[in-house]
Amino acid sequence: MRKWGLLAVALGLTVAACGGETTTTTADGGGTTTGGGGGSRLGVVTGRGQLICGVDGGIPGFSFVDESGTYSGLDVDVCRAVAAAVLGDAEAVEYRRLDSTERFTALSGGEVDMLSRNTTWTISRDTSVGLEFAPTTFFDGQGMLVRADSGIETLEDFAGQAVCVETGTTTELNLTDQMRQLNVDFEPVVFQDADAAYAAYDEGRCEGMTSDKSQLVARRSTLPNPDEHVLLEVTMSKEPLGPVTTNNDSAWFDVVKWVTYGLIQAEEFGITSENIATFEGTENPDIARFLGQEGTLGSDMGLPNDFMVQVITQVGNYGEIYERNVGADSEFALERGQNALWSEGGLMYSPPFR
Amino acid sequence: MAHDSGGKSFELKAVLRDERFWKIAFQVITLIVVLVLLSFFLGNLNRNLLQQGRAFSFSFLRNQAGFSIGESLIRYRPNDPYWRALMVGLGNTLTLVAGGIALTTVLGVVAGVASFSKNWLVHKLSRLYVGLVRNIPLLLQLFFWYFAIYGTLPRPADQISVLGLAFLNNRGVYIPWAGSAVLAMLGIGATVGAVIAALWLWQWRTKIRIETGVGGQAQTIALAVLGLAWLAIVTVGMNWTIPEGIEGGGVAGGLRLSREYVAALTALVFYTSAFVAEIVRAGIQSVSKGQWEAARTLGLNAGMVMRLVVFPQAMRVIIPPMNSEYMNLTKNTSLAFAIAFPEMYSVATTTYNQTGRPVEVFVVLMATYLILCLLITLVMNQLNRTVQFKER
Repeated sequence: MRKWGLLAVALGLTVAACGGETTTTTADGGGTTTGGGGGSRLGVVTGRGQLICGVDGGIPGFSFVDESGTYSGLDVDVCRAVAAAVLGDAEAVEYRRLDSTERFTALSGGEVDMLSRNTTWTISRDTSVGLEFAPTTFFDGQGMLVRADSGIETLEDFAGQAVCVETGTTTELNLTDQMRQLNVDFEPVVFQDADAAYAAYDEGRCEGMTSDKSQLVARRSTLPNPDEHVLLEVTMSKEPLGPVTTNNDSAWFDVVKWVTYGLIQAEEFGITSENIATFEGTENPDIARFLGQEGTLGSDMGLPNDFMVQVITQVGNYGEIYERNVGADSEFALERGQNALWSEGGLMYSPPFR
Repeated sequence: MAHDSGGKSFELKAVLRDERFWKIAFQVITLIVVLVLLSFFLGNLNRNLLQQGRAFSFSFLRNQAGFSIGESLIRYRPNDPYWRALMVGLGNTLTLVAGGIALTTVLGVVAGVASFSKNWLVHKLSRLYVGLVRNIPLLLQLFFWYFAIYGTLPRPADQISVLGLAFLNNRGVYIPWAGSAVLAMLGIGATVGAVIAALWLWQWRTKIRIETGVGGQAQTIALAVLGLAWLAIVTVGMNWTIPEGIEGGGVAGGLRLSREYVAALTALVFYTSAFVAEIVRAGIQSVSKGQWEAARTLGLNAGMVMRLVVFPQAMRVIIPPMNSEYMNLTKNTSLAFAIAFPEMYSVATTTYNQTGRPVEVFVVLMATYLILCLLITLVMNQLNRTVQFKER
C-alpha cells in the first residue's frame, strides 16, 4: 500500500505543478532584495584574480579552441578585454564552453561571471529570463544554409522538407515564425549540440541548416566540401549579439557594458594597440579622460583609471578585433556592413565617455 | 538533551545504555538532519530566486510556446501554450517507452534463452552481444545508430524498398499502417487484448489437462476463435495503407517513423535487452538442476521443460530486476534528446530556455518521470504477486 501513498504524493506534486500560481516564497521582509549592494561580481572577480567567461567554443571566428587549446575569436576577445580592464591581464580568463541550453542557468547560477557567446538580445531574455545585455558586439541576421544542388531558392521550397536547428536558440523561434507567416509546413530537427546539428545536415538528414549568418559562414568552412553549400538570400531576423550578465548587479554590469563601449569608442578615437603610446600626454581632453590621464572615469566604477589603456594595449580596439577574427585579415572576410562605426554608416555607436 | 544531571544521573545512564532509546534517538536525529538540509536548500533556492526578482510560479505554462516540434501524437501548433508542448513531449516519450518495453522483453528473453542453446553459434552470438553492448555507454550507442547506421541509408531519391511494403531512407522508415489513428488504436487494443486472453485461455487449458489428463477442447476451440477474430479485425478491419514510393524520392501513405525515433528505439532496445538477457539467464540458472532432470525423466522434451517447468519458476527471480530495467529504459529515453528526438526532456529544455524557469520545469520533469516509474513498478508488482510461491 506504500506504493499507492507514493503515487498519491507524486500525483499531488503534478497537480500542484499544473495548478499555477503556487507561490511558495516566504515573506522575506516583503520587498525584493536588490542584489549588488553586498557582493557584486566585480568583487568576486578581482578577489579570484581570474574572469570566468562562458563561450560557445565551437564557432570559428567567434570562439574557437585550436589544437593547442588556445581560445580565439571575436567573443573571446571581449572576454579578454574585460579581464584586461578589471585585472590588468587579458590572459586571466578561464573559458567555459556552454551550449545553448545551459548558458543561462550557468550564468544565473554564478558558474560563470559573464557570457560572450552569440546570445541574441531579446526583450524576454532581458526581462523574464533575468539577464542584462551589454552593448552589441556583432549585428547579425538569421540565414539558411542549403546544398547548392538542392534546387532550394526560397523558404517556400521547404514545404515538407526538414531543417536542422540548434535548440534553445532564438533561431528556433524565428524559423517557426517565418514559416508560419509563409504557411509552409516544414519539419524541424532540433539538436542540443551544434556539432551534431551540422553533422546531420552534412549527411543529408535536413535540406537546410539555419542559424545566424556569421555562424553559418564560419561553420561552412569546417564542412568537408564548403563549396557545395550556399547561403539563401534571406534574412529571417535581427540578431544583435553581445556579452551578457545577470540582473540586479549594476556594478558588474556597468563594467562589462563600458569596457565593450570602450572598444568601440577607441576605434572612433583612432586609438589602436599600435599607436596608443603616441597618445601619452595628449592635448585632447576627451582622449585624456578616456585613457585615464584625467578624471576618475575608471575609479568611479571600481576599476583602475587607465583601464582602457590596458584593454587597447593587450586586445586592441573593436576594429582591430573585427578585422583579425572575422574581417579582412581572417579567412571569412566578412564585410563590416552594419558592424561599421556609426560615423561610417554602421550601427556601432558608443555613448560619450565623460 | 539538556538534562539536569544532579540526582538523575543514574537514570540518564540507564537511558543511554538502553538500546531502545538509541533506536528512537537515531531516527529523530536523522529526521532533524534531513529537515535542516532540506530547509537550507529550499531557503537558498528561494533567496536566489528573490535576488533575481522572480517568484516560484507555474503560470508561464499557459503562455504561448512559439516553437515547432518535429513529430507529435496530438495536434500541436506553435501558438499552443507551453503545457501542450510538454504534453507532446510526454506523448513522444511514451511511444518510445511503450515500443521499447515491448521489443526489449522479446529480444531480451530470446537472447537470455539463447545463451543456454546447445548450438555453438547461437550461444556465442548471445554472449558476444551481451558482452559488447553492456560495456558501451548508451549515449555512444545512440550516436552510433543515428549517424553510423541510419545515417548511411540512401537519400529519399534512391530510397530502399523492402518488397514494396516498406521503404527506408535517411529521413526515416515507412511501414504499412492503419487507415486512421482511431483504427490504429483499435488494432493495438485488439492485439493486446487478444494476447492477454490467449495467455489466460492457454493457462486454463494447461491446468485442466494437468489435472484431468484429458479435456480442454473447449479452450482450444475458444483459442482458435479468438485467433480468427483477431486476424479478421487486423486484416480486414484496419483499412491498411501501404507506403508508395514517389518518383524522384519521397513516400506517400503508410506510417512514417522518423529516423530519430527509429534510431532511439533501436539503441534503447539493444542496450536494455543485453541487461534483460542477463537477468533471464540468471533466472533460469537459479532453477535447480534437479528440476530439469526430473522434468526430463517425465519424458518432456527440452522445449517443454523450459516452458512448463523451468521458466515459470525462473519468473520469480526475473520479474523484480526486470522492473528496474523497464524503469531504466524509461529514464534513458531522455537521452534521445541528443539525436534530436523531441521527447519530454527535449521539449522541457526548450521551454526552460525560452522562459528562464529551470526550477519549475525541472519540478514538472521530475514529477513526470517519477509517476511513469511508479506506474511501471505498480504493474510489475502485480505481476510479481502472480508468480510467487503460494504457500498454504
